[in-house]
Amino acid sequence: MPMTMTEKILAQHASRTDVSPGDLIGVKVDLAMANDITAPLAIAVFNEIGKQPVFDPNRIALIPDHFVPNKDIESAAQAKLMREFANHHQIHHYYEVGQSGIEHVLLPEKGLVIPGDLVIGADSHTCTYGALGAFSTGVGSTDLGVILATGKTWLKVPPTIKIEYEGSLLPWVRGKDLILYTLGTLGVDGANYCALEFSGSVIKELPMAQRFTMTNMAIEAGAKNGIIEPDEVTLAFVAERSHRTPLVCTSDPGADYEKVIKIVVDTIEPQIALPHSPANVRPLSKVPHISLDQVFIGSCTNGYLEDLREAATILKGRKVAKGIRLIVIPGSQLIYSEAIEQGIIKTLIDAGAVIGPPCCGPCLGGHLGILAEGERALSTSNRNFVGRMGHPKSEVYLASPAIASASAVAGYIAGPGEL
Amino acid sequence: MRLQGKAWKFGDNVNTDLIIPARYLNSSDKDELARHCFADVRPGFVEMISPGDIIVAGNNFGSGSSREHAPLAIKGAGISVLVAQSFARIFYRNAFNIGLPIMESKEAAQSIDEGSLVSVDLATGEIVNMNTGQQFFAKPVPRFMREIVDAGGLVEYVRKKGLTGLGAS
Ligand code: SF4
Repeated sequence: MPMTMTEKILAQHASRTDVSPGDLIGVKVDLAMANDITAPLAIAVFNEIGKQPVFDPNRIALIPDHFVPNKDIESAAQAKLMREFANHHQIHHYYEVGQSGIEHVLLPEKGLVIPGDLVIGADSHTCTYGALGAFSTGVGSTDLGVILATGKTWLKVPPTIKIEYEGSLLPWVRGKDLILYTLGTLGVDGANYCALEFSGSVIKELPMAQRFTMTNMAIEAGAKNGIIEPDEVTLAFVAERSHRTPLVCTSDPGADYEKVIKIVVDTIEPQIALPHSPANVRPLSKVPHISLDQVFIGSCTNGYLEDLREAATILKGRKVAKGIRLIVIPGSQLIYSEAIEQGIIKTLIDAGAVIGPPCCGPCLGGHLGILAEGERALSTSNRNFVGRMGHPKSEVYLASPAIASASAVAGYIAGPGEL
Repeated sequence: MRLQGKAWKFGDNVNTDLIIPARYLNSSDKDELARHCFADVRPGFVEMISPGDIIVAGNNFGSGSSREHAPLAIKGAGISVLVAQSFARIFYRNAFNIGLPIMESKEAAQSIDEGSLVSVDLATGEIVNMNTGQQFFAKPVPRFMREIVDAGGLVEYVRKKGLTGLGAS
C-alpha cells in the first residue's frame, strides 16, 4: 500500500507494515523532550505512576530554556526540580545554562534527532524536527510523564496535506516568508490534526536553518507535525552530528493525500504577520510604515547562525534607529560562539543591538524584552497572539530576520531594499 | 465494552472554555470540576444527566487550550462516552488519557437527536440509536486504548500493567 513518509515512520515505530489515517497505534518513542516549564508537570505524573527508573536515560532530553537564567524564584524552583530529576535519573541529555540553548535548536544541533526518528516533546513546537525527515509532535503532561516511564505512547495517524513550492524566490524571500504565506493561505486551523508535508524544488534549495523555520510553524496551522523529505542537505547536516544511521523515508508515488496545494513562489514578497494571528499575513508592500518600539531576532523559529548572519549583512555599517531596542538572542551556545568567531556579534553590537544569553527570552513574554502597554514589536518568532510578548495591549508583528534588521534601522516595518 | 445512555446534543466548536470555564481551573478534582461542567452554556448539567449518558456533538469538539480539566469535568459529571463529528487534537489525547472514551462518526453525530437512547460498542465501533434502530459505524477503539479506559486513565493503566503494556511491542 503506498504511504506518505509520515505514515511510514509511524508504521515502523508501531511495528506494523502499514498504517492509514485515523488508525490508533501504539508507538515506541526514540526521544522524549521537556523543558523547564513542562518537565515539572510531567515529572509529577511520572512520580504518580510509581517509583521506577526512566525508560532510558539516553533517550530523554531535558532542556532549561524558557525562563533561564532564572528570572524569579518560581522559575528557579521549576528549573531546580528538573535539574534534580535529571541528576537522580542520570539523564544524559540535560544541558545546563552555558552549554544549552533553545530546545528545538539544540536537539538537531547535538545530533539527537535524525531522519526516521519519532520524537515526542512537551512543547507544541516539537514539530520543528520534521525538517530532518523525522516524525515529531507536541503533547501534554500526562502523555510525557508516561513516556518518561515507558518510552511508549499512542498516536492517531494523521492524514497528510502536501504543499508543493515551485518557481524561483524573489530577493530577501526566505523560509520564514514561505511559511507565513502558507499560513495566510491555510488559516490557523487549515491543517488541524494533519501532517503538513513541505515539498517541491524550492524546498530542496533551502538550507537546513530555513527548513527548520518552516516545520517549526506547522503547528500554527493546527498541524500535528510538519515534515520534509531528507535529501543531501539533510544527510550532510546529520552526518556531522550523529553516528546513528538515518532511516530515510520518502512518500510513495500514489500515496493518499488529504489535499495537495501547489504554491508558485515567483511573486511571493517578504511577508508580515499582523497582530494577533500568525495567519493574518500581508506582503511587505501592502504594509504601511508601522513604527516600532522593539525588534527581536531570535527564538526557535529564527535564532540560527544563518539568521544572525543575515542580520549582520544588513546591519553592517548601519545603526539601529533612535528609540528602537534591537534584542538579538542566539538560539544556542554554539551558535553564539560561532557568531562571535565570525564577527557577526561585533557587527550587531556596533549597530546598537543588545545580545541576550541563548534561551527563549521574550518570545513567550518570559523575560529579556517584555513589552509595555501600547508598545509595538517586530519579532522573528512564531506567535503574535494577544499579550504574547508582554502587555495585552502591546502588538507583535512577525517577519524574517532580514525584515527585522531592516526595520530596526528604519524605525518602522521596512525591507532591506528601502534602506 | 457496550455503553448505553441518553444522548445530550451539542453543536460545533465546543471549546474547552465552554466545557469548563477558566475560573474553575483552580481545582483538578473531577467531582468539583463536574459541578461546573458546561457552566455557561448548560448550567446544572451535572444534575440534569444520569450516570452513563452520552454526549453527541458536531465538529471540532474540545478545541482551545490543552487543559486536561475539560475531559475530567465531563467524565466527572458521569458521561460514559462522547460521539462527535470530530475532536480537537489535544482534547482527543487528553480524553483517552484520563479514561473518557470518545468516538468520531459524522453520520451518528448528525442524525442522533437529543434524548435518544444510544448504545455504543467501543470494540466494534458500532453506534445504535435504540429509538430508531439506526446503526452507525465509527472506527473501533483498539484494545490497548480500551484497556486505558477500563483502567480509568493512562496513569492507572501504566501503574497496573507495569512498563510493558502500552500498545507498541
Ligand atoms: S523560542 Fe518561543 S516558541 Fe520556541 S520554544 Fe521557546 S518559547 Fe516556545
